[in-house]
Formats: sequence, C-alpha cells, structure tokens
Amino acid sequence: MEQIRNIKNKQFIYSLSTALMVIVGYAIMQSVINANLASPLIKGLMVPLCIYSILAISLNLVVGISGELSLGHAGFMCIGAFASCIFTRYMKWLGNESLLIFIIAILIGAVAAGLAGFLIGIPVLRLRGDYLAIVTLAFGEIIKNVINAIYLGVDSTGFKFSMKDSLDLNLGEGGIVIIKGAQGITNAPRYSTFLIGAIILLICVVILNNFINSYYGRNIMAIRDNRIAAESIGLNASRYKLLAFTIGSAMAGVAGVLYAHNLNTLAALPKNFGYNMSITILVFVVLGGMGNIRGSIISAVILTVLPEFLREFSNYRMLVYSILLVTLMIFSNAPALKDFRENLLSKINFGKNKKLINKE
Amino acid sequence: MAFFSYLISGLSLGAIYAIIALGYTMVYGIAKMLNFAHGDVIMVGGYIAFTCSISLGVNPYIATIISALGCMVLGVLVERIAYRPLRGAQSLSVLITAIGVSYFLQNVALLIFGANTKSFTSIINMPPLKLFNGELTITAEAIVTIIVCLVVMALLTLFVNKTRLGWAMMAVSEDKGAATLMGINSNATIGLTFAIGSFLAGIAGVLLCSSYPTLTPTTGAMPGIKAFVAAVLGGIGSIPGACIGGFLLGILENLSKAYISSQLSDAIVFSVLIIVLLIRPTGLMGKKQIEKV
Repeated sequence: MEQIRNIKNKQFIYSLSTALMVIVGYAIMQSVINANLASPLIKGLMVPLCIYSILAISLNLVVGISGELSLGHAGFMCIGAFASCIFTRYMKWLGNESLLIFIIAILIGAVAAGLAGFLIGIPVLRLRGDYLAIVTLAFGEIIKNVINAIYLGVDSTGFKFSMKDSLDLNLGEGGIVIIKGAQGITNAPRYSTFLIGAIILLICVVILNNFINSYYGRNIMAIRDNRIAAESIGLNASRYKLLAFTIGSAMAGVAGVLYAHNLNTLAALPKNFGYNMSITILVFVVLGGMGNIRGSIISAVILTVLPEFLREFSNYRMLVYSILLVTLMIFSNAPALKDFRENLLSKINFGKNKKLINKE
Repeated sequence: MAFFSYLISGLSLGAIYAIIALGYTMVYGIAKMLNFAHGDVIMVGGYIAFTCSISLGVNPYIATIISALGCMVLGVLVERIAYRPLRGAQSLSVLITAIGVSYFLQNVALLIFGANTKSFTSIINMPPLKLFNGELTITAEAIVTIIVCLVVMALLTLFVNKTRLGWAMMAVSEDKGAATLMGINSNATIGLTFAIGSFLAGIAGVLLCSSYPTLTPTTGAMPGIKAFVAAVLGGIGSIPGACIGGFLLGILENLSKAYISSQLSDAIVFSVLIIVLLIRPTGLMGKKQIEKV
C-alpha cells in the first residue's frame, strides 16, 4: 500500500510540476514581452512554441506511451487546420468574428482530426512496427495531396465543391472561394495569441497526464510493454491502441487549429504538413524522452528556439543542427557508451543515481 | 499508342525506383533499420556525376562509375560513423540518426552547390527509338534504365544466392548472433550491404537525373520515399519483391498522372500501398512472420 501511495504521489508531483512549468514559462515570457524586451523574432516564436509543444506531447502519447511509430502526425494537424479554418473563414464571410467562434473552431478541429485518426486507426493499427510507420507516412501524404486538389466555395445558395478549379465552382454573386486548391485558404482570420496557445497547451498537458495515470493509460502501457501478456489477462489491445491514437490525433488537430489561425494564408505545403514535419515532431519526442510529457515540451522548445538563435550562422545552422542531432542520438543511445554515460550522470547528480546503478 | 508511351515511361521510372528500393530492401533485411538517408545518397550521386561530367569534363560513363564509387564510400562511412555505434540500441534512435544524416547530406549539398536548380545533361547520348512509323517514341534513357535495372537485379540475385559473401549476408539477416558464432564477421557483412546499396544509389542518382534533368539538394527525398514504399509494397527484404514493387509503383504513378489527375497521383500510389498492406501485411513477396511468445 505504502508503495502504491508513493508512486501516486510521485505521479501527482510530476503532473503538477509539468503544469507549473507551462504556467511559469508563460508568465516569464509574457512579462518579458510586456516590458518590451523581446525582439519581434521572439514574439513571433511564442505561438509556434505552443503549437510544437502540443504536437510533441500528442505524438508522445502515440509513440512513447502506446509504442506505435507514427510518421503521419502532420496529416492530422493538417485536417484540424483545414476543418477549423473552413468554419472560421465561412463565419468571417457571414460577418461573425469573435472568441466564441474560435473556441467552436478548436472543437471542430479536434473532432475532425480525432475522427480521421479513428477511421485511419481501425485498419492501420493492425500492422506492426516499421510497416505501421510507412502506412502512417503514406496517410499523411495522402491527406496533404487530397487537400491540395480540393476547391471549395460558398455563395448565397450554399457550399460548392470541385476537384478541378475555382471556375468550376460556378459561384453566384458575392460568393467566395474558401479553399483554392494548392493555394489553400487565404484571408483567414488570425485568432491565435500566446495566451490562448498557452492555455490550450496547459489543458492538453493536464488531460494527457491524467489520461496516462488513469486505468486506460496503465492498460495502454501494459500492452506496449508486452502485448501478448496484456491480451492474455483480457485487455483488448486494438481498442486501447485505437483510443491512444484517436486522442493523439485530436490533439494534433487542435495544434493545427492554432497553426491555421496564426497566419493569414493556410496552404498544405510539404514544409508545414508533409512528412518532414512529422519527422520533426518525432525528433522532439525521441530527444525529450519516450513517454516523458515534460521532456517533450522542453525538447520542443529548445529545438524550435535553437535554429532561430543559430540564424547568424545562416547557412550553417541546419548543418549544425543535423550534426548535433546525430551526436546526441549516439551519445544518449549507443550501447557502448552506456557505462560512460552513467558515470557522468552519477557525477552530475552527486550519487543520486548511484542507487539505480547499484541495483542493476 | 499514347497508353503504351505512358506505360514505357512508367516502366523506366519504376526501374529507377526498383534500383533504389534494392538498396533499401537489402539494408533493411540485414540491419533491420529504415535508412532514411538513402534518398540523399542518390542526390549526392547526382551531384558527383554533375561535377565530373560538366565542370571537369570527364567522359559521362566514367563519371557514372566515379559517382557510384563515391556513393559507395559515403555509404560505408555513414554506416561506420553514425549507425554502427547504435547497433543494439532501440530502432527508433537509429531511425532518428538516419534522419539526422539525411539533413546533414542535404545541407552539405546546399552549402557546396547552393539552392539553385542545376540542369543535368543526360549521360546517354543516343537518339530515341521510334516504332510504328514514329507513333511510339521510346527515349534512349528509358531503354538504358530498364536494362540496367534488370541486369542489376540478376547480378544481385546471383551474388546473394551463389557466393560465400551472399550466404553470409543471408545468414546475418536471418540471425545475427548465430551467424557470428559460425565465424561470420557480421559488422563487415553489414558494411558490405551498405556499400552495395549505396553503389546502386549512385547509379540510380545518375539515371534519375538523366531522365528528369533537374538537380537540387532535395532531389533525392521524394524518390527515396517512393522507393521505400516500393520496397515495402514488394515485401521488404526480398530482392525480386523490390523490383516488382518498383515497376508497379512507377507504372501506377505515370498512368494515374496521365489519366486521373497529376495532383492526386501521389495519393493514389500511397493508397495502393495501404490497400496491399492491409490485405498482405508483409507486402507482395514478403515472408510471413511467426510471432513467438
């Protein structure tokens, strides 16, 4: 009993400290901005930082907690972004622009991406390991490609849809084209602010931490650690994996909503919704530590800020980034460096880790 | 006739995918890792051939060989420096390292050659073949590419099945521990696999740039992904599977570009992959894996 209580206390402290970290981080950055100490570059980075953090923790649920390698996370972000932006653009055309609209848009984005994750997850989660990775990558690319081919317009008679071009929509007087194929949505309303981003990030952190420590979360981790053993005590592996995948997708959708309303134009380019984006998010998760929500946020923030500060090296920055990435991976994961790493850690922590090493 | 010309250009594109996919499939079969940097080795091959033949004025055929050898050295170096320390680590960290290597190669190319598109002159200097009174034109590039692909596949099958080194490769891919106990140097064998895969990537790079004569630091990314899809489609780890997957993918891509929509062609290709994997979870020619408790 004592042990269980200890574990529960530890989990509570962990969740609380993660939430506090977000709040304190927001407070510090907001006061820096209020005191006019921040450059425009840093001000512009605040909302993307929230977006990347949400993406990283939601992918961590899928990859770290549920143990399924997904390379199509950007696709769900894309669905959330477009679904919500169609709604807000339509509302803007009707003349409605308010915070309430944005809150509804966030819900629309979450539901749309969650639904897509659910539908895609049913067939896909039957596959294992690397096959799952390539199929999720394929789905991400399909989503991006299909959205690039869609034309959607609205006029007094209602919505009009085409796969050819905007003339094919035959819009009446006063109608607008909402999605213009590869050009995407132009003139989107800009609702995303640092405050909203931080609040959504906080909500996502709380939801995820509670979910991981709940009955469902523990089952999902049991299935990850040993699928056969978990199934033999009666857990339905596919159902739990689907649950994690759906929640992860819905959160990616929310990040997409923030992304869509942070810019004037929204287009599905390889840069923002392609597999490169999915891989970037995966890098956040792996470097932050699998299954570690706080680590994901920290690594998302560092890895987003770092290239910006390396800007003075202009062309060399991505080179430095890639070398750092490879070195970090080798240092933190190479079996041959294990002893060296543990020695170093125990020196840094003054024997805090010694107990752990002795146990092994 | 238009259909046949689309079919043949699809075959030639598929042959390029197949050569790249052979490298993917061999590396995956033996090292059980997704080498995301493979596509960028193709790009490096293209740039080496470009530098040799255009800037230095070397004979294009010799330039091809130089580029294949250069890629081979690059592949072995990458394996030695970045992947070998991580052998035995979890597969995801190897995947991220491969992504890091891919970024590295792209950015080195960006620094040396700049972001501008370089126009590549085809190394094949032959007139196109005209059939049926000129109704059907087949470019020399298409013919050479398809022949090279078939020859490469035949040689590789012979190598794997008939030589001691090939047997060693099969043994390592089957069970690395047991192979090591039998006296096979598994590290050297994996290095050899990377060497062969990267050599093929160099050839594929030259052929790709001959058929589609534009060269940028990201040239290799999309063909790399497509070839990976082809390898999975055919059953990853299988040499004939990689070829069938490559050809199928190339034909499918070209026909859907021609008859359905050029914008949706990638989506169609990826959908076919998903459908195939849902029906046969290990690809067309893949072995069924038995799960042991």
